[in-house]
Formats: sequence, structure tokens, C-alpha cells
Amino acid sequence: MKRWLLPVALLLAGAAQADSTLPVSPLAYTQLPDPDQEAQAKALMETLRCLVCQGQSIADSDADMAGEMRALVRQRIAAGERPAQVRTWLMERYGDYVTYDPPLSWITAPLWIAPLALLALGLLIARRLFKGKAA
Amino acid sequence: MKKLLIWLPLALFALVFALVVNGLIEPSDRIVRSAMVGKPLPTLQLPAIVQGKPGIDTAAWPKGTPRLLNVFASWCIPCVAEAPQLLKLKQAGVQIDAIAVRDSPAEVQAFLARNGDPYARIGDDAAMRAQLSLGSSGVPETFVIDSRGVIVDQHIGDVRAEDVPKLLAALEKAK
Repeated sequence: MKRWLLPVALLLAGAAQADSTLPVSPLAYTQLPDPDQEAQAKALMETLRCLVCQGQSIADSDADMAGEMRALVRQRIAAGERPAQVRTWLMERYGDYVTYDPPLSWITAPLWIAPLALLALGLLIARRLFKGKAA
Repeated sequence: MKKLLIWLPLALFALVFALVVNGLIEPSDRIVRSAMVGKPLPTLQLPAIVQGKPGIDTAAWPKGTPRLLNVFASWCIPCVAEAPQLLKLKQAGVQIDAIAVRDSPAEVQAFLARNGDPYARIGDDAAMRAQLSLGSSGVPETFVIDSRGVIVDQHIGDVRAEDVPKLLAALEKAK
């Protein structure tokens, strides 16, 4: 085989396409007709993690899966479900990881307790310092 | 006290260094596992996507035998890689049902013609609803369903040759 053929072939090769050609559900990019419901859906979407792009919420992401998750949220809200129910449905399937607003548990407790503990510690240190000065 | 404090910056540096090195050697796991493992398989009703092969209707599934539920797509490249292993599993007598995610009949047909067809049934999941209800976040994924219809295991990513015995063992345990 000719030596130059491989680099040339590599240059000509395109990237393998690994995406569906199917369009996403219309509700991924269409707002609900009822502004109240749309506001609820939007607020919920902003707290749900895109599972394939992890640093973004599904409201921010253009990934197919995020689009289908938006469509799912809108469908369920339009069908009369409360945002909390939709969130619970997703958490049952993907765990707390799917929400940016995780419930209080032993793992998340330090997030709430640590600032209070540090504040108390700060107050304690400040009191001691000022007392020392006054004396 | 002061003598000890001198070492503090170095200690902090060592800590940060250790963190960075650890992150380089063992990057954090970005895999999102399904929280459905250990729970009953949700009811799925999906129409057929290719002619001559039934879709998925879990309510009508006979209980008593464990099976694999493979989430795949014709546009997914690792799915091509795992096809030979799924065929091996089929030859070993495993029942494999599948969910085709965001796919078209013609493309699934072409995929099966090219890579072999290990599936007993294939359901059409154009809007990812079945995938979302399984807690699956990508293709390919393979769920092990036990004889009572409970999800007992989830394999994320393509099934490789070394995974075949593991899946067979999981199926044996799921009887």
C-alpha cells in the first residue's frame, strides 16, 4: 500500500455522525398556551439537570435529551400535574442528581449546617477578641 | 505555634497538589446510573418499529424468565460495537428485547441487516419517553429484568466480550 494514502484518506474521512435524524418533540421548543403553566414549567426546567451535558439545566441545553425532558415537563404540567410531582417522578428514576435543588438529607445537611456553624464560630472569635481589647 | 504555622502554606500546597493529581489519575465518574435498579420495570407500551417484529408491551410479558432490555439506536456507534456480543448472548439462549431510541423504521432495518439481529422484540421510542421512564441517560444501555419483572441490574455503555459472562451470571441469579 502506498505510504501517502493513509494520511490522505484520514484527511478525507468525515466525522462519524452519532446523532438521531429525528426532530425532537414540538413541546421541546414551544411554550404552553397557558402562561401560568408555562411559568411553572419554565421554573421547574431551570432546576433540572441535563443528564448528557451535566453542567447545564435542561432549560439551557440544546441536547436532544434535554429537549425531550422539556417536552415531558410541559406535557405533564399541561395535563395538570404539579411541578413537585414531575420533579419526584424524575428523581425516582435518576436520583437526587437530576435536580439542582436537592432535598435535605445526610449528604446535603452540611450545606445548610456549615454556614451556621461557621457564623457561630466567627461570633465566638470576635467576642473573645473584643473582650481582650476592652480588658 | 509560629514554628508550626510556617508549614501551613506548604501543607495547603500539598493538599491542593494531591487533589489535582488525584483528579488526573482518576477522573470523576460522569455516568448517571438509573435509580430504577431494584424497582419493578415500569409498564411500557411501544409500537413495533420494524415489520415482522412485535413492539414492546410489558403488561403482556410472560413472567418466570429473566430477560435483557437493551436500549439502543441505529445512530449510536457503540451500539454497532456491542452487536456481536448481543448475538452471542442470544445464541446462549437469552431473550433480548429492545427499545429503539429516536429512530426510524428504515434505519433500524438497515442497522439490523448490517450488524445482525439479536432482538425478540423492538419498541419504537421516538420521543424518549420509555428511556426516561427507565432512568436511562444514554445509548446503549442494557437492563437485566428478573423473572418477577424487577430491574436487577443496569449495564451502561456497550456490552464487551468480557461483559457477556457477567450478564449471563446476572441472568442466572435473576431466575
